[in-house]
Amino acid sequence: MGDNFEPNIVGFLCNWCSYAGADLAGTSRLKYPASVKTIRVMCSSRVDPVFILKALKDGADGVLIAGCHPGDCHYQNGNYKANRRVKLLKKLLDELGLEPERIRFEYISASEGKEYAELVNEFTEGIRKLGPNPLK
Amino acid sequence: MAKKKKLQFALYWAASCGGCEIAVLDINEKILDVIQHADILFWPVAMDTKYSDVEAMKDESIDVCFFNGAIRNSENEYMAKLLRKKSKILIAFGSCAADGCIPGLANVSNREEAFKTIYLDNPSTDNPDRILPKTSMEVEEGELDLPEFYDTVKTLDQVVDVDYYIPGCPPPTKLISDAIDAIVEDKLPPKGSVLAPLKSVCDECPRERSEKKIKELKRVYEVDYIDPNTCLLEQGIICMGPATRGGCSAICLEANMPCTGCGGPTPNSLDQGAKMISALASVLGIENEENMSEEDIDKLIDQIKDPIGTFYKYTLPRSIINRRIMK
Repeated sequence: MGDNFEPNIVGFLCNWCSYAGADLAGTSRLKYPASVKTIRVMCSSRVDPVFILKALKDGADGVLIAGCHPGDCHYQNGNYKANRRVKLLKKLLDELGLEPERIRFEYISASEGKEYAELVNEFTEGIRKLGPNPLK
Repeated sequence: MAKKKKLQFALYWAASCGGCEIAVLDINEKILDVIQHADILFWPVAMDTKYSDVEAMKDESIDVCFFNGAIRNSENEYMAKLLRKKSKILIAFGSCAADGCIPGLANVSNREEAFKTIYLDNPSTDNPDRILPKTSMEVEEGELDLPEFYDTVKTLDQVVDVDYYIPGCPPPTKLISDAIDAIVEDKLPPKGSVLAPLKSVCDECPRERSEKKIKELKRVYEVDYIDPNTCLLEQGIICMGPATRGGCSAICLEANMPCTGCGGPTPNSLDQGAKMISALASVLGIENEENMSEEDIDKLIDQIKDPIGTFYKYTLPRSIINRRIMK
């Protein structure tokens, strides 16, 4: 692991809450690392576990999935499903010898620009400590 | 009318259990049709033919080669490449050749670990000189060679170009006889096709299904009574049916046992295990989900003891992450 390792993170953000939250972080001029490559999805439950595995296989150091807070999902319950999928997927990653901390699900609302910036800061630091994805 | 020239068949086994060879005989009287339309040039399990006989053949002199077994060592790979060269059509026959199957579960380990367990640590092994397999050794008569054991098990199409796939562990008789009919009548679908239905096992399963709400997961031995008429997932038993390609008429379900996924992924699915993870996580704990704490959900998920063995029992080598990462 070199000193100049910059984590490369794929972020799947839901259209209704988390993407708007990330947007707010930008318009509020909050500083956070440019580590997350954002992909806007209509709902966090649109994120098939295949997407996450594929991102890791293709060299992402971490994958962030963010959706609306409980009770706020635009499609009523997609966020609950996404949360459970990520939990189960973490178990699989552990068995596959990949650190489960490389994937993370969080609730970010449209008003939580500050929280989003903090999340990216914290997640990026966590990945930096883990080092580059061994599949690379 | 001139007599139609007989087709030339070959059958080979690589890293497999031999079940696929028996499945060929399970087609019963249909085997007479095979003999009527085809000569079998090479079939190590049943005929005394040598590798040198295949090496001596002209390229593409075999019309169809049914190749079962995964690629575990250099001999498997050599034969895969040789038979590819000598065959017009190469069929990955059975789950091992198509998806990696049970031998592929060894991808949670590697050569070093496997050798250590088998030749050194196994309690019933008596190996005081700690001898491990080598690829060559000197004996009085000269040098002896052994194939090289690989770290990672591969599917057939990861080493050579494959024309068709017949899934199953072993392939169901109906799929085998349908494939033979298609070959004889020259009605094979486009190259790369899986010679099996496009639908999932659930589509063939006669059990009654309602909206899925799973509160608790159980292993088969933990259940006193399994209702033979209701979907197993609804009874809390993990059944791979939703993520598995059909063609088997759901025979395991008929025997009141869950599908374990030998048909491989459904069409257009990259990764059978990931699909099942998605499906299962969507319905597990769905009831009252808005009131569940993170700990409640963790408890639910913790009921799944062995994700690889459960979701990737037959497809680890062909899945997106095809082996455990060894430090």
